[in-house]
Amino acid sequence: MEEKTILERLRKDFPAGVKETLTSLGDEVVVIDKEALLQIATFLRDGPAEFRMLLDLTCVDYPGKEPRFEMVYHLFSLSRNRRLRIKMGLDESDLRLASLTSLWKNANWLEREVYDLFGVHFEGHPDLRRLFMYDGFEGHPLRKDYPLRRRQPLIRLKE
Amino acid sequence: MPTRIQKQARQDTMLLNMGPSHPAMHGTIRVMLELDGERILNSEVEVGYLHRGFEKTCEHRTYFSLLPYTDRLNYVSPLINNLGYVMTVEKLLGVEAPERAQYIRVLMSELSRISDHLTCLAAMAMECGAFTAFLYKMKAREFLWDVIEQTTGARMTTSYIRIGGVRADLHPDFDSVLKKAVEETRLVLKDVHGLLDKNKIFLNRTRDVAIMSREDAVAFGWTGPCLRSTGVSYDVRKARPYLVYDRLNWDVPLGERGDNFDRYLVRMKEMEQSLRIIEQAAVRIPRSSRAFIAEGMAPAQAIKESRRQRVRKDITLSPNLEGSEEARYPDILASDKGFVVPPKEETYTTIEGLINHFKFFMRGHGLRPPKGEVYFAVEGGNGELGFYIVSDGTDRPYRLHLRAPCFHIVSSLEQLIRGRYVADVIPTFGSMNMIGGELDR
Repeated sequence: MEEKTILERLRKDFPAGVKETLTSLGDEVVVIDKEALLQIATFLRDGPAEFRMLLDLTCVDYPGKEPRFEMVYHLFSLSRNRRLRIKMGLDESDLRLASLTSLWKNANWLEREVYDLFGVHFEGHPDLRRLFMYDGFEGHPLRKDYPLRRRQPLIRLKE
Repeated sequence: MPTRIQKQARQDTMLLNMGPSHPAMHGTIRVMLELDGERILNSEVEVGYLHRGFEKTCEHRTYFSLLPYTDRLNYVSPLINNLGYVMTVEKLLGVEAPERAQYIRVLMSELSRISDHLTCLAAMAMECGAFTAFLYKMKAREFLWDVIEQTTGARMTTSYIRIGGVRADLHPDFDSVLKKAVEETRLVLKDVHGLLDKNKIFLNRTRDVAIMSREDAVAFGWTGPCLRSTGVSYDVRKARPYLVYDRLNWDVPLGERGDNFDRYLVRMKEMEQSLRIIEQAAVRIPRSSRAFIAEGMAPAQAIKESRRQRVRKDITLSPNLEGSEEARYPDILASDKGFVVPPKEETYTTIEGLINHFKFFMRGHGLRPPKGEVYFAVEGGNGELGFYIVSDGTDRPYRLHLRAPCFHIVSSLEQLIRGRYVADVIPTFGSMNMIGGELDR
């Protein structure tokens, strides 16, 4: 019943920020508004639930849908042995999002990865650069409209 | 384009590149150091040299056919990657593997875990000058890989663990080969303890070097042996048990200081626990209920005869297809039709079987999990190996994301080596067990 209290607590404390809470295939999910991300993340980390670990952070691209991008965060609470998934929509017209580097240190590289592969801009990130791709790479390869076989060699290939 | 460290570097300091091609940078990774003499003022880690678009590729492969790509993530313990991916899909499908298959999976993942730890520590010891320890550990790894090879048919790129179970049953000689491998590994562990635990050179380079506090380890998302070396008791196998880990008796070794030596010691102790798990699982594994098919008919012969009458004889399959016999399925593969490759006898001798086979592999017809998204994690060699899969109801994942454990660990390298000497980079980096395949994806 504990998971209910966390999800309920979120719903009660952030009536404007939390859009939906649900349990899908045994995973607890909270869908939030992107403006409330930093506030809710801070509450989850320092609040009673003690989600001290950011397990994972990624993005999913749904071209043609509104909003186009969906950010997915996975948090983990060591003291309660509980995972939580945070999701939020992100419009293509406004790809700016608050950075979580002030809360979790590994958010630094994780956000660089998402910036690299999806082109999401994290505001407040100390060093937002591409992580896997090289400088000068064009486009964001994990977006659905980036072709699978498109090549961008740094050195010209032999004709 | 100048990088961050080139822009920020002081005028009187020296910039030194370590890697991307450097014998101690396992795989390819570039560490740029800003040096004041031998002391590291700042550093910058650049990854991505092994980026091959794993996630993008997976979005274009079916659930069944992307399995071989997971072998190449952590190439030292491919079976655990197979397991992580397969169990995520199983969670999505709601399938559970038969008990014997679950024990086989436990056996295989523990064998892989030991070889993962052995490789990490062997390289770490060698880079500190202990070449003997390296050779000993490699020797033990060979014995373990013999066991894996005998059953799975491959040493590294196994693709052995399949959705719903495993590809083939254990080899008939499994018990004796396993026994030998366990004995040899025990001996090697004892030798290595003797060689390194009180070795002054090794201690000087690892004891109290690159200390990680508990809070920082958690904030960096460390998991696995590295997190446990700081004293945080978190092991996915204990915290959120999967397979049959909760039925076996084993401990989670912890470190105290979180330095390089603790990371070494925790891995050494973990291997002993893995050996315990293997020994218990090998005894408790439910026996295979079916006997081997000794004499049967060749598939072509069966088809010929089936033109006249219905064939009831056993079919002998090519040795390459061992484990795909119908008789063995109940032990090692889930019975849910449509989730597993249909038995080969049916494919070869009946038209329905052939159609089922085609349907399974045909584009848009194969394994189609329901819509939804799922996160599942297993304990990999480096820590929590998590897969996040979004399914849109078609036969290929809409999005597949890997939570690579060493990604989080390597991201803390800059902090760990700040203020240390150049020589400290080597054991620190070695103790992290950076694996390019899963880090860069």
